[in-house]
Amino acid sequence: MLDQIAALGATNPLPPFTLFFGAAALLIVLPHSLRFLPWLLTPVLAAVSLAGLEPGMHTRVSVLNLSLELVEVDKLSLMFGYLFCLASLIGGTFSLHLRDRMQHIAAMVYAGTALGAVFAGDLLSLFLFWEGMAVSSVFLIYARRSNTSSSAAQRYLVFQVGSGVLLLAAAILYYQGTGSLDFTSMSLDNPAGVLLFLAFGIKAAFPFLHTWLTDAYPEATVTGTVFLSSFTTKVAIYALARSYAGTDLLILIGVVMAATPIFYAVIENDLRRVLAYSMMNQLGFMVVGIGIGTDLALNGAVAHAFNDVIFKGLLMMSMGAVLYMTGRIDGSDLGGLYKSMPVTTVLCIVGAASISAFPLFSGFVSKSMIMAAAVKENYIAVWLVLLFASAGVFHHAGIKIPYFAFFAHDSGIRTTEPPLNMRIAMGISAALCVFIGCFPGTLYSLLPWANEYKPYDYTHVVTQMQILFFSALAFVWLNLRGIYPPEIHGVNLDTDWLLRRLIPSALRTAVAPLVAAFNAGVALARRTAQRLVATGRTYLAPQYEHAWLTDLGVMAAVLALGIAVLLSY
Amino acid sequence: MSDEPHANTRFIDPQSEEPGFFYRPEVIRNILRGFYAICALLFALDFIFHRHAYVSFEGLWGFYGIFGFVACVALVVVAKGMRVLLWREPDYYDDSADHPTHKHQHKGSGH
Repeated sequence: MLDQIAALGATNPLPPFTLFFGAAALLIVLPHSLRFLPWLLTPVLAAVSLAGLEPGMHTRVSVLNLSLELVEVDKLSLMFGYLFCLASLIGGTFSLHLRDRMQHIAAMVYAGTALGAVFAGDLLSLFLFWEGMAVSSVFLIYARRSNTSSSAAQRYLVFQVGSGVLLLAAAILYYQGTGSLDFTSMSLDNPAGVLLFLAFGIKAAFPFLHTWLTDAYPEATVTGTVFLSSFTTKVAIYALARSYAGTDLLILIGVVMAATPIFYAVIENDLRRVLAYSMMNQLGFMVVGIGIGTDLALNGAVAHAFNDVIFKGLLMMSMGAVLYMTGRIDGSDLGGLYKSMPVTTVLCIVGAASISAFPLFSGFVSKSMIMAAAVKENYIAVWLVLLFASAGVFHHAGIKIPYFAFFAHDSGIRTTEPPLNMRIAMGISAALCVFIGCFPGTLYSLLPWANEYKPYDYTHVVTQMQILFFSALAFVWLNLRGIYPPEIHGVNLDTDWLLRRLIPSALRTAVAPLVAAFNAGVALARRTAQRLVATGRTYLAPQYEHAWLTDLGVMAAVLALGIAVLLSY
Repeated sequence: MSDEPHANTRFIDPQSEEPGFFYRPEVIRNILRGFYAICALLFALDFIFHRHAYVSFEGLWGFYGIFGFVACVALVVVAKGMRVLLWREPDYYDDSADHPTHKHQHKGSGH
């Protein structure tokens, strides 16, 4: 081990995330005109430093009595490392026009913490980066600077920090149980494993724990959403693949994630929220893959995570470009933009084709691995639901997004293409979508497990084309018959209704009489006490007079504060 | 980050200019014809070439086409029903008082 540390020290003295933290510090002082330097150089230098890493390398630091593995390299962490370098290069390019120092710094720190998380070798290091991601990313939501985004950011932070607290609790329990903090495979038969599973599950947007994603991502800034959709959920997928590969429960969870959000996506008007629901759907595919747990399924899950960062980023960027130029993002307000934004339209359609898994586009070569693994392991019902979800993806993300933004009814909005840096960033992503779709070997060479999958054969291409074209036929038919639901302004209730409406109002209803009774009790006690004190004044020394009343007051204040915190959610 | 439209953006009455390429009825008609032709061809392929079936019922003629069509119609019909239950006014969660959608309440159409 020591010689490995020495070898690492000689070739690569710094963990890759430090480059990003350094760049973030530089962004504090750099003028706007020089911001492109850290955004272009940091991801490239970080990728170069990753190329110098070999699986098995470690960087250890000692804090107090604990030895922390700040960096532990294996093929899985390397793959996500490269992915996050790429994502920060694309996201950074997309935000070069932006004159908002806070967002640039937050995004750079966020990218660095995500990179740190995938190389963390122990649960405590993971916790530090996990919370770092939460705290840095929330600024990308606050930075929209509206009441809506501020309250969405608060709810986002509650979930994210809550996930971190669960992770810390799991780490402590795990350390007590095993004497080790190793971030390795876990099981659900002990409390530490369950808590860790929940901590990962929140960031992976498990059903009922997902609302921070569909709530907050569409409220973030134009550029912030691109970073958000690249990192947090993919770190969670990485963590699940590392610790819970082959956990059967994940198959069920993933199937629900793949199938339920597409219904919301069909009736959602905010096109970036449609993409957020569609992200949960794609995460469902990955979670199923991790649950199946064979080499093919796991490779499929991480390959799909890789592709999703690029094509979902591309779709988020194209919708961000629409929002940036027109100030609108609701499908009901848009339409006909292909005339003003033909380049954005074409790039968006490339992203749509990729997420829909058209042959020759990136989604095809990764999603099919998960489907093939499900069939191979004889999960036929799972396979059928995933097939349904695949058809649904094309329907809501592949057709709905480009159709309502760029075609549909002409909204009369006339604008221009977004700034050059935005077009370049979208262009890079689109090129990668096509390149990976046509030459999947490059992506497959990064895969951590043994891989012999061949995506292109007659059966696979033809069946995929059949399902896609007949899904499109359904869209055309429903539209021509007037059955397709119109885009309308409004809110569609999701499970966060429980947190935002039901529980608060139930608490208010339940707690109000208690508070009234408590207040009355305190008042009564105070009056009685005052009478007692008045009577007893003659018998007792004056210095004891109000001591116990103060105690009671403090207790009441603490209780009231606690209730106030609960009610203010 | 402002939600105001970019300075290059203006709003016109779409009726005031010639319909764009993709709004001309003959273009739409031709696109749809081509699209139907591809659908028919893809459906017909099942009767011409043998494809490998991994699951018994999946080998049936037209399985994927019919599945895709039925799945999407079911998806939309169910989602439309969900809207009856789940749809609320944009200001339902009252913190959205400054949301841009408030300023223009017109309902768009699906076409």
